[in-house]
Amino acid sequence: MTSAAADRRRAFPPNWPLRIGLLVLAIYVVYAAQILDITWTRFLIGIEHGERFLSRMFPPDFSHDKLQLLYAGMMESLQIAILATVFGTAISLPLGLASARNISPAPIAWAARLFIVLCRTFHPLIVAILFVKAVGFGALAGILALTVASVGFISKLVGEATEEMSMKQVEAVRATGASFMSVIIMGVMPQVMARFIGFIAYELDSNLRNSALVGLVGGGGIGATLFTAFQRFDYDFVLTIVISIIAIVMVGEILSGFMRRLFQ
Amino acid sequence: MSTMDLPATPLRRWERFTLAERLGRALFYLIALTAIMWSFKTIEIIPEFLYDAPQQTVDLFARMWPIDWSWYFPVVHPALVETLHIATLGTILAVIMASGVALLVARNITRSPILNFIGRFILVATRSIHSIVWALFFVAVFGPGALAGTLAIAMHSIGFTGKFLSEAIEDARRGPIEALIASGAPPLSILIKGYWPQVKPAFLSISIFRWDINVRESAVLGLVGGGGLGMALDTALANLYWDQAGLVLFVIFIVVVVTEILTTLVRSRII
Repeated sequence: MTSAAADRRRAFPPNWPLRIGLLVLAIYVVYAAQILDITWTRFLIGIEHGERFLSRMFPPDFSHDKLQLLYAGMMESLQIAILATVFGTAISLPLGLASARNISPAPIAWAARLFIVLCRTFHPLIVAILFVKAVGFGALAGILALTVASVGFISKLVGEATEEMSMKQVEAVRATGASFMSVIIMGVMPQVMARFIGFIAYELDSNLRNSALVGLVGGGGIGATLFTAFQRFDYDFVLTIVISIIAIVMVGEILSGFMRRLFQ
Repeated sequence: MSTMDLPATPLRRWERFTLAERLGRALFYLIALTAIMWSFKTIEIIPEFLYDAPQQTVDLFARMWPIDWSWYFPVVHPALVETLHIATLGTILAVIMASGVALLVARNITRSPILNFIGRFILVATRSIHSIVWALFFVAVFGPGALAGTLAIAMHSIGFTGKFLSEAIEDARRGPIEALIASGAPPLSILIKGYWPQVKPAFLSISIFRWDINVRESAVLGLVGGGGLGMALDTALANLYWDQAGLVLFVIFIVVVVTEILTTLVRSRII
């Protein structure tokens, strides 16, 4: 009698692996918090600081001289983002095609892949530090750092998109005796162009976001303005800058969405 | 019968794009070109800095080259461990917070456009402020250290994680949910037994992907006082100890490559 009841499966049996996993996760969280010296008292003290901090941030500072600084910084960030996208794209298209294993010979493909991984490894901020040392403070270091980041990102996507395309059209163009360039222009480009545009739109978007960043280490743009404001404890101006960064990023997202729709 | 007898078909021109599409594109090219020209013309580049750029670059690597390995155990290793903890703890916090926001954003769970919009705004706002800027805030509030870094990572990750989670929730099939509703299950049971099994693969894959990104980001947070490897890099740079900076950069490189390989392996295992 009892065996029949035991044989009947429960609708929702207890999921032991999940429970043990959650327990391990909880233990890790406690352990890591202890290692990192994250304590409740520190958190409470911080909340107190936070109140003072927030009260100094409001209301945001919209005085005329500050707005001028904001405008100059934003324009420079915009220029950095645009130029980094232009250079990044110009390098990424050939590099991405070179890294696609279905159209370029293996040694070239592997060399290109290695280079792309190298570009992707370091955070734009670290690359910016190195370029600030190499070419000095200012917008150029920011442009170069974001160009490296763009190359790492777009070439990888371009390479993947090219590897996914249909080889039939490429072979058809090749069969007519077309040169390598003609194969690229007539066989490859029409298939991948729409996706490239999408990648470029996304890259412009992310460069705009990151251009607010490279300024922190001397790469120019709104990041420099933001960092200076922080160091001078102008927290109300900091809020103005942050609000305008969010606004610009949102506008950029809408624009890049529009651009994608235009070319799809 | 000769070909002359066939009715003359009017010559049909095939056009790939409509007039509006072509005009739109032309306008776009014009705007893009203007923007690029404007950037080139007005960008401020100080040419004096460029004259010695090649020497400076050579100098940079020459100073880094014999990497100072003796610094690994006293300084860099603790920083590395701290970075990994910051990334992991930040990701866990972010996933917990993002799950709440994702439920708010998902239209099939929260049926209120106002709440959806609030959730969406939280996602966009946390995402547009970079983790470094978040770190600046939290350093000002909690003082420099790992706490500020962890919170910065967590806050910035909410947007990314929440966006993809909410999309995964919205993609969940209605069948199992309706079956649970029909059986009279309470909302929490519907969430756990109806949505969770469907969302689980996406949830794990998003968390792991974000952890990979967070390891990269937490390595630089220290530059503004967020703890971890960035702090070691910042100290080395401030002291002009380029051989130590070289060591930190090398360690970052190895960590990033290893986490990338690791996450690729784990992702291919679960998905």
